Amino acid sequence: MMRNRGDRKVPARNQGTIRLALLVAAFGIWNTGCSSEGITVVSWGGSYEAAARKALFEPFSAETGITVHVESYNGGLAQIRAQVETGNVHWDVVDLEFADAVKGCDEGLLEVIDIDELPPAPDGTPARDDYFAGTYSDCGGGAVYYSTAYAYNRDSFTGERPSTIQDFFDLAKFPGRRGMRRVPFVNLEMALMADGVPTEEVYAVLSTPEGVDRAFRKLDTIKAEVVWWEAGAQPPQMLADQEVVMSTAYNGRIFNAQVLEGQPFTIVWDGQVLDYGQAAIVAGTPRLEAAKQFLMFASRVESIAAIGRYIAYSPTRRSGMSLISTHAETGVDMRPHMPSAPENLTRALRNDAVWWTNHAEELTERFSAWLAR
Amino acid sequence: MARPLSSARFRAAALTLPLLAFVGVTFIAPLGSMLVRSFYEPHVADALPRTLAALRAWDGSSVPSEDTFRILATELRPLDQQRKLGGVATRVNRLEGGMRSTIMDTARALRGAEPDSWREAVIAADPAWGEEAAWLAVRRAGERYTIRHYLNALDLDRDPSGNIVAQSPERRIYVPLLLRTLGVSLAITVICLILGYPVAYLIANASPAKSNLLLLLVLVPFWTSLLVRTTSWIVLLQNQGVVNDLLVAAGVIGDDGRLALVYNMVGTLVAMTQVLLPFMILPLYAVMRSISPMYLRAASSLGATFLQGFVRVYWPQSLPGVAAGSLLVFILSIGYYITPALVGGRTGQLISNMIAYHMQESLNWGLAAALGVILLLAVMSLYLVYNRLVGIERMRLS
Repeated sequence: MMRNRGDRKVPARNQGTIRLALLVAAFGIWNTGCSSEGITVVSWGGSYEAAARKALFEPFSAETGITVHVESYNGGLAQIRAQVETGNVHWDVVDLEFADAVKGCDEGLLEVIDIDELPPAPDGTPARDDYFAGTYSDCGGGAVYYSTAYAYNRDSFTGERPSTIQDFFDLAKFPGRRGMRRVPFVNLEMALMADGVPTEEVYAVLSTPEGVDRAFRKLDTIKAEVVWWEAGAQPPQMLADQEVVMSTAYNGRIFNAQVLEGQPFTIVWDGQVLDYGQAAIVAGTPRLEAAKQFLMFASRVESIAAIGRYIAYSPTRRSGMSLISTHAETGVDMRPHMPSAPENLTRALRNDAVWWTNHAEELTERFSAWLAR
Repeated sequence: MARPLSSARFRAAALTLPLLAFVGVTFIAPLGSMLVRSFYEPHVADALPRTLAALRAWDGSSVPSEDTFRILATELRPLDQQRKLGGVATRVNRLEGGMRSTIMDTARALRGAEPDSWREAVIAADPAWGEEAAWLAVRRAGERYTIRHYLNALDLDRDPSGNIVAQSPERRIYVPLLLRTLGVSLAITVICLILGYPVAYLIANASPAKSNLLLLLVLVPFWTSLLVRTTSWIVLLQNQGVVNDLLVAAGVIGDDGRLALVYNMVGTLVAMTQVLLPFMILPLYAVMRSISPMYLRAASSLGATFLQGFVRVYWPQSLPGVAAGSLLVFILSIGYYITPALVGGRTGQLISNMIAYHMQESLNWGLAAALGVILLLAVMSLYLVYNRLVGIERMRLS
């Protein structure tokens, strides 16, 4: 079929150009591969990453002279696993969901950090007693509380507005598209809470096959109207565009859209799922010392509290609670926006990360199959 | 005379050695290792050999003896110290949800412990060890050779007494997905044939200048990166994309009635058809070019209408190209991964996406391998049926 086009050779002049281009490309790859002055910290993009830049990365670089390269991801252990298994680690510190921190630690993907190595509270209380129970793994440091709750755009509702987790699942009362994260976590729990399961029984119910069926049946009722998101920056965007009338979202992202962009968003705290993240060091990084320095810096109470001055995520250390103050740029009082504020906790579920390390694989499989149906 | 000939033959054979080595390394070895992985799982068996030996002697109807508890505890300890327990725990957890933290917590609680009764200490660490189910899961995970990945891949399961039973309908994942993959591949093949046949006919029968231009129009997208083409479809088909904008501007649909053309099955079908169309057109064109226009002229000179001539003279001669193009498109689309992953959204995912999930995310390579083997067998049996119906010797690529 190529007969009539002929078999032309690349002219010698162009070959030189090509060779040069290849050389430049190769040098570029080599250059990025070897940029070892500094560490790569992986965060979640969007306004949370922007907050971490101001509260952690910039002060850390100023104090130590170590540059921080920032990359973004959407959670999970797959990329870390690939790097550790191929011995080509280019991520140094990763901000992980707690379940992934526990799992990654168990599987040897993360460097073990003794809790007693982490910096003590300002009054000298050791980190072990200062962190809230269950908020540290054997490999992590840093950490903030965040929450997945649902939010709506006030412009989308002329009459009554949603106020409970049941309303999120009530298409008759509040018609319109809903945004949800494309994972089973949080969604199954919210479905059960909306179906009337008390928060303290959610994981017990979800541990039975009938409970899982029940949660999926509840999700079935709104499935046709759900838009699935993956990156935390998507829900505020979808709400602003009124692509959805309500969406589950990380509370801090909604807070930033409210405060910095003046978006008419309201968070419905009823049925929120509280979770905490952890920063951890990828096992086998060649920049272990610098990475450790960063982790120690990020675990200081002042650093953790500083994040809470840019985004509504609250400290996981007791001594940090009194440091919650105002938004660094607008002066807005942060207390009522924190997921841990007492008035936001009337119906709140604490994500059971250990439960999820046991059931994530099975339920993710089931969730994918359910999605595709 | 005999010696130079045989050495020439030997040299000729030696020239194929690099190719054979290449095929061996890049094709046969990975395929073989995939086959092996789908039924051979030595991880747990290697990690807990003595516990498993003790469990083989166990009757399975009551909690094992103190000895078994002690052996388990002593085998967990070094694994815990070397941080190798996570992989074992994950594998046992696949058979009994919850075993992951049972094993991890037990190892953690027993660090440095030297109790009088291992049985009490282990059950105190996690009460799950007081039930047979936990031990049965360990025993089954320790089977070196297993068909459980195949059972899993066919949506089957074992009941507590070991009989093979079907999963309840809402837990069936892979068989519906496999059927859907086959259906989508068939649909894409038919669409490609309907779209590609006239194009190939046109190219084969146009004047050289025109046919070169047309061929170029087929080949330029063919040479363009797959990712570029797939993401271009996203630009075209998305909610605020070109196609919807044009339809709204033309007044065909309202601004609030924009069509969902991407991130669903429509997106998968459209993008995959475009990506695979050259694989249909090129073999068709190659065969059609060899069909002399004399035959059709002879048919019409004998009084046949164009349609009669086409159906009775041209079509039968182009069948080898139809056969080759269809087989090529069908087999390529069955294993297609990147396009459905990008434009398939929720409902446009195919079995290859699930295999990728188990390869990359869950790391259940045994299940991924079993799914791959089943897919391979499905393709091979379809190929045999196809050979029976169409005859592979009639297929021609040029």
